[in-house]
Amino acid sequence: MSQTGIVPGHTDQQPSPFLLSVNNIEVIYNHVILVLKGVSLDVPEGSIVALLGGNGAGKSTTLKAISNLLASERGDVTKGSVEFRGERVDQLTPDALVKRGVVQVMEGRHCFGHLTVEENLLTGAYTRKASRAEIAQDLEKVYHYFPRLKVRRQSQAGYTSGGEQQMVAVGRALMARPSMILLDEPSMGLAPQIVEEIFEIVKDLNQKERVSFLLAEQNTMVALRYANFGYILENGRVVMDGAADELASNEDVKEFYLGLGGDGRKSFREVKHYRRRKRWLA
Amino acid sequence: MQFFIEVMVGGLLAGVMYSLVALGFVLIYKASGVFNFAQGALVLFAALTFVSIEKMGVPFWIALAITLGIMVLMGVAIERIVLRRLVNQPPISLFMATIGLSFFIEGLAQTVWGTEVHGLELGITDEPFDVMGVFISKFDLFAATLSGVLVAGLALFFQKTKLGRALRAVADDHQAALSVGIPLKHIWAIVWAVAGFVALVAGMLWGSRLGVQFALTLVVLKALPVLILGGFTSVPGAIVGGLIVGAGEKLAEVYLGPFIGGGIENWFPYMLALVFLLVRPEGLFGERHIERV
Ligand SMILES: Nc1ncnc2c1ncn2[C@@H]1O[C@H](COP(=O)(O)OP(=O)(O)OP(=O)(O)O)[C@@H](O)[C@H]1O
Ligand SMILES: [Mg+2]
Repeated sequence: MSQTGIVPGHTDQQPSPFLLSVNNIEVIYNHVILVLKGVSLDVPEGSIVALLGGNGAGKSTTLKAISNLLASERGDVTKGSVEFRGERVDQLTPDALVKRGVVQVMEGRHCFGHLTVEENLLTGAYTRKASRAEIAQDLEKVYHYFPRLKVRRQSQAGYTSGGEQQMVAVGRALMARPSMILLDEPSMGLAPQIVEEIFEIVKDLNQKERVSFLLAEQNTMVALRYANFGYILENGRVVMDGAADELASNEDVKEFYLGLGGDGRKSFREVKHYRRRKRWLA
Repeated sequence: MQFFIEVMVGGLLAGVMYSLVALGFVLIYKASGVFNFAQGALVLFAALTFVSIEKMGVPFWIALAITLGIMVLMGVAIERIVLRRLVNQPPISLFMATIGLSFFIEGLAQTVWGTEVHGLELGITDEPFDVMGVFISKFDLFAATLSGVLVAGLALFFQKTKLGRALRAVADDHQAALSVGIPLKHIWAIVWAVAGFVALVAGMLWGSRLGVQFALTLVVLKALPVLILGGFTSVPGAIVGGLIVGAGEKLAEVYLGPFIGGGIENWFPYMLALVFLLVRPEGLFGERHIERV
C-alpha cells in the first residue's frame, strides 16, 4: 500500500472515480495476433468520449473488449482490467453487462433483418423485467427521438435504409435503459446530413437522458464536434488524448485527420513517422 | 369423386406427420440459422428411449415425462459441448457439427437401448371411420390433430412471445443478439430441448406406424421436400408443405401411377421440391434472403 500510495491516479486497489475505466488492456486474437498493446481510457459520467483512429487501429476491438463480445470472435483480453462504476466487469457475460447498463451498438449496425423495426427495438429490452406498460412507454420514448422509426415500425428492418438501420440499432440499445452506450462508427456509409442527424440525437440523449457515450469514429471532424474528450488510437496504442476542442485545434491532429479532406488520410508509414516525431517532441 | 376425396384426405393426414418432422428442423433453423442434420437421430433417440423405458414396466405418462426430461438434458448438453464453441462461426461449421452429432446420437441410442425393433402401442386403433361417406383413419386423424395443436402453439410462441422473438433475433445475427443481452447459451439449450420434444412426438407417432427402429432416422428424408416447399423458416410453412407433399404423393401414386408405373410416391415429392427450388427457392412461406444491410 505504501508503494502504490505514491503513484498518482487510480490503481487496481483504488476503485476508479470514473463511470468507465479501461486500464492498460491487451487483446490477442486467435492466441497470436496482438491487436491492443495496452490501452487505457476513462469515461466520466455524463460525457461523450470519442475514440478516434484509422482503419485497423483497434477501436472496435477496444469496444468489444469492454462489452465482452470478444469471446465469440476468438479474441482474449490477456492483460489489464475494465471497471464500470468502480467494479471489475471484465469477467461478466455480455448480458450481465447489459443488465448493469452498458450496451454496445456494433459497427455496421447489425439489425435483425427479418424482424420488424418494432420487434428489433423490443429485443433491446430482453434483459429487463419490466411490465408491458413500461416497455410501451419506452418504445414511445424511442419513437420520440427517432420519429422516422415510428412510421416504419412494421417494416422488416432489413429493408430499411442505412440511416434508419443506424437509428434502429441505437433505439434498440436505448430499450435496455443503459447508462452507457458503446457506439461503434455510427457514421459509416451514411450521407453527411444523416450523420449530423444521428449525432444530434446522440447529443440529445446525452443531455436529456444522461446516457454517457464512448464513441468510436473514423470521422474525426464530426466526432470531435460532439464529444467532450477524445483519445486517438494508432496501431493498438493511445497516441494522444485531450479535450475535444484541443484535439480539434491541434496541428498534428489537423494534419493527419482533418486537413487532408476527402479520403486522404496519410499512409501507415507516415503514421509511424508521426509517432516517432511525437516522441522527439515529448 | 368419393374415391378421390378419400385418397386426398388420407394423403393430407399422412402429410401432417411429415410436417411434424419438418417442424423440428424449422425450430433449430429459426434459432440458429442452421440445418440440423441430427433431427432424424433425435427422433430415433426419443422414440427408442420412450419404448425402452416403457418396456421396463413404467406407466405410459411417467415414461413420457422421463423421456421428455432426457430430451431436455440432451438439449442442454448439446449446447454445452458443441454449440457454445461455435457461436458466430459460419453456418457451415454448425451444419457439420450437426452431422457429427447425428451419428453420435444414433450410435448412443443403439448402444444404450439395443438395435432390435420395438412395437409401440399408443392405444389408438387404426380403424377407419365414416365421415359423410368418406373413410378416415382414426389414427391419422389423431396424429393430425396433435400435430396441428403443436404447430399452432409453436407459431404463436415464435410470433408473440418475448422468448420467441429472441429466438428469431438469434437466427438473424448471433453477435447482435449477444450485444443486446440475449444469452445465446440459454436460448440454444431451450431450442434444442423443444426440438427434442417435437422429435419425441414425431418419434412416437412414426414409431407406432413403422415400429421403433433405425429406419425412423430416414423419415427425415421426407421432411426435406416439405421444408423446401414450405420454407425453412416458417412454422405454418412446415404444415402446408407437409399437406402438399402428403396429398401430392398419394394422388400421384393413384392417378399417375398406372401410366408411369408404380412407386411414384417415393420420388414425386422430390420432383415437386426441385421444381419449387427453381421457381421459389425460399419456399411458400420462407423468409426471403435479404441481401442489403
Ligand atoms: N476477429 C479477428 N481476428 C483477427 N484479427 C482481427 C479480428 N478482428 C479484428 N482484427 C484485427 O485487429 C486490428 C484492429 O481491428 P479493429 O476492428 O479493432 O479496428 P478498428 O479501429 O475498429 O478499424 P475500422 O475503423 O476499420 O473499423 C485489425 O488489424 C484487424 O485486422
Ligand atoms: Mg471498427
